[in-house]
Amino acid sequence: MTLAELQLALPEIFVLSMACVVLLADLFISDERRGLTHTLAVITLVFATILSLRLMMAPGEVIYGFSDTFIRDRFGDVLKVFSYLILIGVFVYAKHYLRQFDLFKGEFYTLSLFALLGTMVLISAGSLLTVYLGLELLTLASYALVAIDRNSMQGSEAAVKYFVLGSLASGFLLFGMSLIFGATGSLDLNDVSAALASGMGESMLLTVGLVFIVLGIAFKLGAVPLHMWIPDVYHGAPLPITLFLSSIPKLAAVALAIRLLDNGLIELHADWQGMLIVLAALSMILGNVVAIAQTNIKRMLAYSTISHMGFVLLGMLPATQQGYAAAMFYAIVYAIMSAGAFAVLILLSNKGAEAENLDDLKGLAKRNPWHALMMLMLMFSLAGIPVFVGFFAKWQVIAATLSAGFTWLSILAVVMAVIGAFYYLRVVKLMYFDEPDDTEPVAAPVDFRAVLTVNGVAVLALGIFSGGLISLCVSSFV
Amino acid sequence: MPIIEIIFYLFSTVLVLSALSVITVGNAIHAVLFLILSFFSAACIWILLQAEFLAITLVLVYVGAVMVLFLFVVMMLDINVTSAKEGFARYLPAGVLVSLAMAVQLFLVIWTRGMETVPMPAAEGEDYSHTSAIGELLYSEYLYAFEIAAVLLLVAIIAAISLTHRRRPETKYQDPSRQVRVKREERLRIIKMKSEGEEG
Repeated sequence: MTLAELQLALPEIFVLSMACVVLLADLFISDERRGLTHTLAVITLVFATILSLRLMMAPGEVIYGFSDTFIRDRFGDVLKVFSYLILIGVFVYAKHYLRQFDLFKGEFYTLSLFALLGTMVLISAGSLLTVYLGLELLTLASYALVAIDRNSMQGSEAAVKYFVLGSLASGFLLFGMSLIFGATGSLDLNDVSAALASGMGESMLLTVGLVFIVLGIAFKLGAVPLHMWIPDVYHGAPLPITLFLSSIPKLAAVALAIRLLDNGLIELHADWQGMLIVLAALSMILGNVVAIAQTNIKRMLAYSTISHMGFVLLGMLPATQQGYAAAMFYAIVYAIMSAGAFAVLILLSNKGAEAENLDDLKGLAKRNPWHALMMLMLMFSLAGIPVFVGFFAKWQVIAATLSAGFTWLSILAVVMAVIGAFYYLRVVKLMYFDEPDDTEPVAAPVDFRAVLTVNGVAVLALGIFSGGLISLCVSSFV
Repeated sequence: MPIIEIIFYLFSTVLVLSALSVITVGNAIHAVLFLILSFFSAACIWILLQAEFLAITLVLVYVGAVMVLFLFVVMMLDINVTSAKEGFARYLPAGVLVSLAMAVQLFLVIWTRGMETVPMPAAEGEDYSHTSAIGELLYSEYLYAFEIAAVLLLVAIIAAISLTHRRRPETKYQDPSRQVRVKREERLRIIKMKSEGEEG
């Protein structure tokens, strides 16, 4: 280990140290001044962004560290920067809710920072071991976050479901990894790839191992048929936790898929492509169709997540640089959009009652025209209506699939996107054309409104100037 | 058949049977004891593979510490076995169907592709120490992973405490510093009242 290696992992070391500082400092902060913990956590993320940006500005070559268990590349740096920025948004949104629901405790921040650390480890993992450890760090913190409201039966139930199914999926992944290790004799993703390239592609151990690895990835992404946990966990968890789960872990899951399938198992591409086609097609169909039937908006957005993850898989399956860049772009854009959509639900939640049902959105335009406009932009973007960034995300993914020759899959994606537009537009209809049940104007603290505005406008601005983010993603895979 | 293979199959059979018993026996205590037996058999198989350090750690940490704690917890909880087994008959057909489908699939894959054998790694010499080999790897090549595993344990502690620790307002507790600083007035209150005799 050298100093240069430590410098590569500077963002990780910084986030770890600050997570411990937040953990300890929070013990000495009284309940009235809990805002300090929040400020400290946000400052951590701001500095982490600066550290990662500095690494990103450095020449773009791939550097390996810590005996190849750590990879520093542009892909990782870009994903990390977006994770920090989105987590800042999550923190600001969550504070408003946690205050109202009497959950404003330091653990939320500590656990979220540790989950972020897990995401970072996963994003720049260079060996099967670090992939697994990063994933476990992320999911372990997520299980605890889902159960953070200990008085809520629903939350505890969701946490137990998530824990049991998540452990099973981690077991699948680990089993797959051990078979791959047994066949290739290495944990190092590069060595695995090299061993496969030297002609052992037809080994049965590898195929069985690959099946388990793809299952593990599918569970973490929430792709059909391993999607059952998503609606229940999204529904049962408190809103800010759902907000968290639908943003950062999705970036992590994409990193998981790209590290394992591209960096490690690209030689088995012919095998995993077929599996991803099935996962992507089923996710897009089931997610969009079942979302229509939901009256609970948390469940509706959960099914919409499933369909969006289908699109991400669609980008991944051609195994081209264009496809990976599209999948990465899609995941980042999705995380931004879904964070905003859940934030509007937090905004509508009153003391003691979460805004859960579609009817809670009725007449939002009369109660708070500006935030209704933000929600309108977010919904248009999720539906994939042009000018908004969601359209370009779908465009990129479908273009990548088409150029790889999957015409029927692209047509299916377009049809499903049109079906999906229905339930997003229903939200807009409820906000603009229905009379509100509750005419009280919606109020929120100034930082919440500012971040929501930035979030909503970002969806439009990133759409109009989509070239910048797209070229950033494309440059990650050169 | 060499003696080492006989031993291997013996311990493997015990391992598989005891693992099956863990999920089938009715009594939770028996299940934990079977789990200990399966750990023990696994440790023996590791010894056969010359991984003596891992085997000893498994016995020391899992059998010696974790399972004893587990046993305590199981004894303290009142687990209702009948309610846990409810609906077994109802879900049985679906479960059997899925398991059969998976078994057939696995069988077909193995049938068409054929079993393959992975070459046995060469045995190390007599003076080879797994303990020092693991130690060296752990603190050099796998340092990063080792640190992350440590963080994982930290998160497990934080999660466990944050999920179970409650400050109960009704709990009575002593505060020694207040006990020491107590004043006479707080202990004893002198009130003036007429004595019994004056009235009569």
